[in-house]
Amino acid sequence: MSNVLAIAEKELKSYFASPIAYIVIGLFALVFGYFFWVSLAYFIQASLQMGMPGQGQINIHTMAIRPLFQNVSVVALFWLPLITMRTYSEEKRSGTIELLLTSPLTDTQIVLGKFLGALALYALMLAVTWIHIAILFVYGNPEWKPIATGYLGLLLMGASFMSIGLLISSLTKNQIVAGMSTFAVLLLLWTLGWMTDSAGPMMQKVLSALSITDRFDDFSKGVISVSHLVYYLSFITFGLFLTAKSVDSERWRG
Amino acid sequence: MIEVQHLTKRYGRVTAVDDLNFRVERGEILGFLGPNGAGKTTTMRILTGYMPATEGKAVVAGFDVFEQPLEAKRRTGYLPETPPLYPEMTVREYLQFVARIKIKGISSSERRGRVEDSMRRTRVDDMASRHCGKLSKGYRQRVGLAQAILHNPEVLILDEPTAGLDPKQIIETRQLIKELAGTHTIILSTHILPEVAQTCDRVVIINKGRVVAIDTPSNLTARLQGSETMYVQVDAAGQDAGALLSTLPGVVSVVPADLQGTIGGFDISSEKGRDIRRELARAIIAQNWGLLELRPSRMSLEEIFLSLTTEEQVSEKEMPHE
Repeated sequence: MSNVLAIAEKELKSYFASPIAYIVIGLFALVFGYFFWVSLAYFIQASLQMGMPGQGQINIHTMAIRPLFQNVSVVALFWLPLITMRTYSEEKRSGTIELLLTSPLTDTQIVLGKFLGALALYALMLAVTWIHIAILFVYGNPEWKPIATGYLGLLLMGASFMSIGLLISSLTKNQIVAGMSTFAVLLLLWTLGWMTDSAGPMMQKVLSALSITDRFDDFSKGVISVSHLVYYLSFITFGLFLTAKSVDSERWRG
Repeated sequence: MIEVQHLTKRYGRVTAVDDLNFRVERGEILGFLGPNGAGKTTTMRILTGYMPATEGKAVVAGFDVFEQPLEAKRRTGYLPETPPLYPEMTVREYLQFVARIKIKGISSSERRGRVEDSMRRTRVDDMASRHCGKLSKGYRQRVGLAQAILHNPEVLILDEPTAGLDPKQIIETRQLIKELAGTHTIILSTHILPEVAQTCDRVVIINKGRVVAIDTPSNLTARLQGSETMYVQVDAAGQDAGALLSTLPGVVSVVPADLQGTIGGFDISSEKGRDIRRELARAIIAQNWGLLELRPSRMSLEEIFLSLTTEEQVSEKEMPHE
């Protein structure tokens, strides 16, 4: 475990040693702020119209926070390849992978360390957006539970994206190739969800099994379903397992 | 300490290391000598557990590198061809990270002590707060060495440890390696031949993935010396010195080596085991010639190396194709 933490810490530090961490966190906060403002503006306008006598209830969660989470989940899809693209590629390019592979570490420890390092950066990225959420609590009275599940969903979905990112990064020496390929794969997985309605019954099952983003919907609604939790955790485990295998097979190929 | 048996590594159809066998005893420095692409780095990478062999067995510090890789790695320090440094870390941060993943069960203050110690030994302590990415080639190489000796491993595997260093640094590094021997068992690779003669107890000459020769540097030199050879420079005042010298007893052949005006140099081979220096000198003085130089000429390691590696190629050509 101490080996995993040593690597995770090294990874996190190296993000902050370069501009990557600041750009990723800063621009994410900016984009989040923009979506936050758009959702809130829409909500205020809607509440003014609906506030007329005889109109139905309005809810800040369904009208502002949920759409915000939906948008942010797509932003994460663009952002996370930038975090994972360098994990293995850079070590392979610079030769530092030779240090890790000849140190008394297992492949699993290396993968977990890198994954936790990347996850920590993503968690920080999400944590910065709490400033916006705090504003809601200052001026309104939103329910905290669906917000918490929304963040949990973002974290799990993002972690699944990152397990794919790590796997792809382990296959190439080139960061840009790793980043672009990860992005393409994630985009494909996202759009797969759109086709579920038009597909046949068999295909529907396959597509929904691959659809990481669809499962996020329930989290944003405030629902934690065990099957979704299991799905994300198995997806992450499988991704990391394949990454460890890919590093191992690289050794054999030389 | 290190035992390699029938080690073979193939990349697809290319055989990089072919049935390698050798042993290194505790405290010994073994030099790995060979042209580029001979399989030195591949062998070292197998010994350090970076890659598995296709066939064969390698035991390092009593542990099979394939069966018990973690135990073997814990006892091995490795300096790869390019020092594996993280450019964004300072030298101290880097060594502290390496210490964390390599040394277990010691307190963090003890770990810090080890880092400072290895920086002092490799003389990089003046650059401790400099980023690794901003170091000169010589410092990178030495930080790489600091990283290799950090956990005080029983076995050190150094892939061209003096490459890219200036002459002063080369001497310092060789000294450090010699200091480390005794308590550590060392394999170092190089294609700088005098380095082997100066630092190593034994030499493995490897070519095309095969061991061509294993011996001490002095034995290797002697072994290839079929007969004693001598170099003589004579001012014969226009007379034919070569003709006279070849008539002396014990002389097998006289080959003119150089000629400048009346001064001629000759390579003289004599019967093996017979010292003809006295007779040579007497004969020359008797003629009233000037004896300018008389010294035994030995085959340099370069020549041995070339003759061994080219012999190998010849014998391969001679082998009929199946």
